[in-house]
Amino acid sequence: MNMQDFALPRFSLRFFPIWQRHWLVWRKIAAASIMGHLADPVIYMLGLGYGLGSLLPEMGGMSYMAFLAAGTVCYSTMNSASFEALYSGFARMHEQRTWEAILNTPISLDDVVLSEILWAATKSLMSGAAVLVVIWTLGLSHSLMSLWMIPLALLIGLVFASIGLIMTALAPAYDFFMYYFTLVITPMMLLCGVFFPVKQLPESAQMVASVLPLTHAIDLARPLMNGAIPPQAGLHITVLLAYTLVGFYVSLVLFRRRLSK
Amino acid sequence: MTPIIEAIDLQKSYAGQRVVDGLNLSIRKGECFGLLGPNGAGKTTTLRMLLGLIAPDAGEVTLLGLPVPQAAREARIRVGVVPQMDNLDPDFTVAENLLVYGRYFGMKDHEIEARIPSLLEFANLASKRDAKVPTLSGGMKRRLTLARALVNDPDVIFLDEPTTGLDPQARHLIWQRLRELTQQGKTLLLTTHFMEEAERLCHRLAVMDNGKLISQGSPRELIEQNIEPQVVEVFGETSAHWANEYAAKYSQRFEISGESVFCYVQDAQPLVAHLQAQSALRYVHRPANLEDVFLKLTGREMRE
Repeated sequence: MNMQDFALPRFSLRFFPIWQRHWLVWRKIAAASIMGHLADPVIYMLGLGYGLGSLLPEMGGMSYMAFLAAGTVCYSTMNSASFEALYSGFARMHEQRTWEAILNTPISLDDVVLSEILWAATKSLMSGAAVLVVIWTLGLSHSLMSLWMIPLALLIGLVFASIGLIMTALAPAYDFFMYYFTLVITPMMLLCGVFFPVKQLPESAQMVASVLPLTHAIDLARPLMNGAIPPQAGLHITVLLAYTLVGFYVSLVLFRRRLSK
Repeated sequence: MTPIIEAIDLQKSYAGQRVVDGLNLSIRKGECFGLLGPNGAGKTTTLRMLLGLIAPDAGEVTLLGLPVPQAAREARIRVGVVPQMDNLDPDFTVAENLLVYGRYFGMKDHEIEARIPSLLEFANLASKRDAKVPTLSGGMKRRLTLARALVNDPDVIFLDEPTTGLDPQARHLIWQRLRELTQQGKTLLLTTHFMEEAERLCHRLAVMDNGKLISQGSPRELIEQNIEPQVVEVFGETSAHWANEYAAKYSQRFEISGESVFCYVQDAQPLVAHLQAQSALRYVHRPANLEDVFLKLTGREMRE
């Protein structure tokens, strides 16, 4: 055990050229990427919204489609950060050895990990914004308050990028990520209020949901989409920031240990 | 003159196993220094410690006058690295690889753009400027990796097995370029297990095994210090039998490896005269080379 692995992160502005690198790669596949950001969540939202929505008079005091809209922005944001941090991050760390190339320059591992998190959050921001544009176009949200969804998408991205990188740091191969998606991401989609209110769940499941980050994200998102100030906003933001900071620190320690071999 | 790279009593263990064990190195400005050793000798770990990528358990490293790993970041601004395995960006063109890499050193885009034509010319890649990396041959990728390591105009260049896996043409071109870099006054530190490469390029060499330096000097000194000047290799089905009877009589030292007998001698004449009379045996008489030294110092058994 090496105590230096546990040192607090030292940041510098040198993360920026790495972010620029990711941006340049993304620009080459932008069309496909935007398609990916949009198609899946929008199909779910419209399919369930029209299909189930016609059977349900309202949910949580709004049309089912409007209810679903807030959840859709949050989970698509969660997904894009998770995919970026796990699959693309692993490719850059392990398969393409991009990190190794970068670490031979004056850039440190702390900067590399920070740039991964910020890049995955950037992807979240883009995917959240793309879904929001569809929502606004369909008239599912009329309030200017819904503009707050943009910084929220960034925050959700930071949360799931930070947690996801813990998996990346531990992964022996891509297959490993199935555990995370099956055991963490999918249950969160069902427990955290994307498709129905958390209150519908048995009490024990509600307890679990109350500590999951996606629940706090949705508790912020749904009022904002409807033009209301979210109750307990400070608590939710604190929880999301805490997940980000803890996830970042734990993943950084794990990466230091993994890459010092 | 103060050394450009200095290591004092470096130690590194992984899981209780000593990978680098009391290593001392001193590399002068403008020198091409070769680190030789079989697989697992600790060469790559040593390079990584000299670059400040991993911290030694004990010992000191100074790179370009700066303490490493404490000031590794500042030191690496003036260092270029050619890694053992290619890690170019496959999504980018040749020129984009150089641009993106230069930014990691804090260089401005226009500074990098100004350097790209000469870097491409140096790497014989001027016509491939806009080619994507996956379309390049192995030799071209290595040359691009070398060009990338030069983007910041470094004073010191680390090369970890720079020509492994290349065909002879590609290898000779790399060697020529490395000699040009030495002529420009750059300091080169390379690891290799091609003795020919070490003999052609390096001013000084160190042979490493089990984490320790076991011999150091110019290629000629290493041969003179470690081994008899002449080698006679004897082949044939009866060579082992012959060796038992005569090898000790005609040579200072001999080794049997399969159907070959390696006889190391000060004066080959009596042995050659004897062998000419043995019709069942073939032989080759040659001066001793670095490979003989390497095999003597590190043994003939396989390392895996």
